[in-house]
Amino acid sequence: METFVTAFSEAGALLVSFDADFLSIVGLSLRVSLTAVAIACLIGFPLGTLISLARFPGRGGAVLLLNTFMGMPPVVVGLIVFLLLSRAGPFGVLGLLFTPTAMIIAQTILVTPIVAALTRQTVEDLWAEYGEHLRSLDAGPLTTLSTLIVDARFSLTTAVLAGFGRAIAEVGAVMIIGGNIEHVTRVMTTAIALETSKGNLSTALGLGIVLLALALAVNAAVQLINGSAARRAALA
Amino acid sequence: MVIRAALAALMLLTTGPAIANDDRPLLLGTTTSVDNSGILKFLMRGFHGDTGIEVRTIVRGTGAILQLGRSGDFDIILVHDEAAERAFVGEGAGATRNLVMTSRFLIVGPAEDPANVRSATDAPTALVRIAAGKHRFISRGDDSGTNTAELRLWSQANIDPRAASGLWYRETGSGMGATLNVASAMTAYVFTESGSWANFSNRGDLEILSIDGPGLRNPYGIIPVNPTRHPHVAADAARRLVDWLTGPAGQTAIAGFRVNGEQPFQPASALPATPANR
Repeated sequence: METFVTAFSEAGALLVSFDADFLSIVGLSLRVSLTAVAIACLIGFPLGTLISLARFPGRGGAVLLLNTFMGMPPVVVGLIVFLLLSRAGPFGVLGLLFTPTAMIIAQTILVTPIVAALTRQTVEDLWAEYGEHLRSLDAGPLTTLSTLIVDARFSLTTAVLAGFGRAIAEVGAVMIIGGNIEHVTRVMTTAIALETSKGNLSTALGLGIVLLALALAVNAAVQLINGSAARRAALA
Repeated sequence: MVIRAALAALMLLTTGPAIANDDRPLLLGTTTSVDNSGILKFLMRGFHGDTGIEVRTIVRGTGAILQLGRSGDFDIILVHDEAAERAFVGEGAGATRNLVMTSRFLIVGPAEDPANVRSATDAPTALVRIAAGKHRFISRGDDSGTNTAELRLWSQANIDPRAASGLWYRETGSGMGATLNVASAMTAYVFTESGSWANFSNRGDLEILSIDGPGLRNPYGIIPVNPTRHPHVAADAARRLVDWLTGPAGQTAIAGFRVNGEQPFQPASALPATPANR
């Protein structure tokens, strides 16, 4: 119980200290995860929409695969990316192992299926609702696509947030790929693992509380933006 | 045209890292025990101050570090499994092995010591007592240097603890810190090392029970990854780190390092100059 009490005071102390080391860890966590989510959206939105609207042989299999990849264990993704980027691997010459870039690559692979799969479901539901209407208007594929995506934008933020939640919370991939190097690849989750391994349980929990607060802030910001945008859309 | 451009890009990629060898930070692969104790940060700060070379460290068990060293993912490694280190150099993966420092292996356990490890004259005797009473013992089980040393002592005691795996013998498959956390939570016996123990805060009811003895010395060797096999390694900077750590500056720093008043590491220069220490 004492650990919990100490943890809250440590979290508070960390937040108000503006300690340079601590801020660089928080900054890197956000930079890696937000970049990965952005790239995942660039791939996942079109991919999900495409799979929801296109009719091709093996589509059922593609949907199944996409849904399965949502549950891909971070440690497995970490291992695969590690083997690819290791000096002994095919992309070893790039020297990317143990860099933030490598961590972004791994998290992008983790997040893309989540964004794509949730996009597919959202767009498919919308299509069931408006498909008839769009067809009667003789809308071309491009108009159909853009209409659906614009209409789905509020539901799609859930896909983005789910992806962000996955990225910011995972430790398995970034630990293997980044190596938890101080000032270079140490993020919130790997710092928590490190403090736990030193037996500094209250510091570790304090970092965990800060991480939760960070996720809360990002979600609140998105909800705020979404809310005001929805109000504007309703007025228009 | 396209092929030529692709080739040019490929050449740029392959030659790029080789050119940048001296500009980029040195990548050091090392073990949890050195890192958790805080000595690594302390020594690398001193090295950086003297040479201006930045060192980035990746921390895993010795087995994993050797494997990564083999594939050329590090410039240099600092580990503690003498037999494996000699094999590493012997097969051409490493350039030379240099003894840097030693720490002590420890048997840590419940303060009331039901197996009576405290009165054992050496480590194998202590292990025999733990096994005889089927007292819970937590092992790393991860191929690390500490794990290898522990298994060597079990075999000296003529006991195969893995036969009791999952019963009184528990293998965490994790780093030293995680394993100590498990031992602390279960108030069990555990095989650890002075560097990690000195800096471990979640001790609970555990305390040091073993005395210093044969087989409990823990030597750390530093090995530059062989530049003939992996031309991309920063060989010059790696050599300078070896010279610094084994030279007067590094050895004095190791001798002066304290955690909570304890000195977990002995510099190699403080050891008697026997062939085994080379």
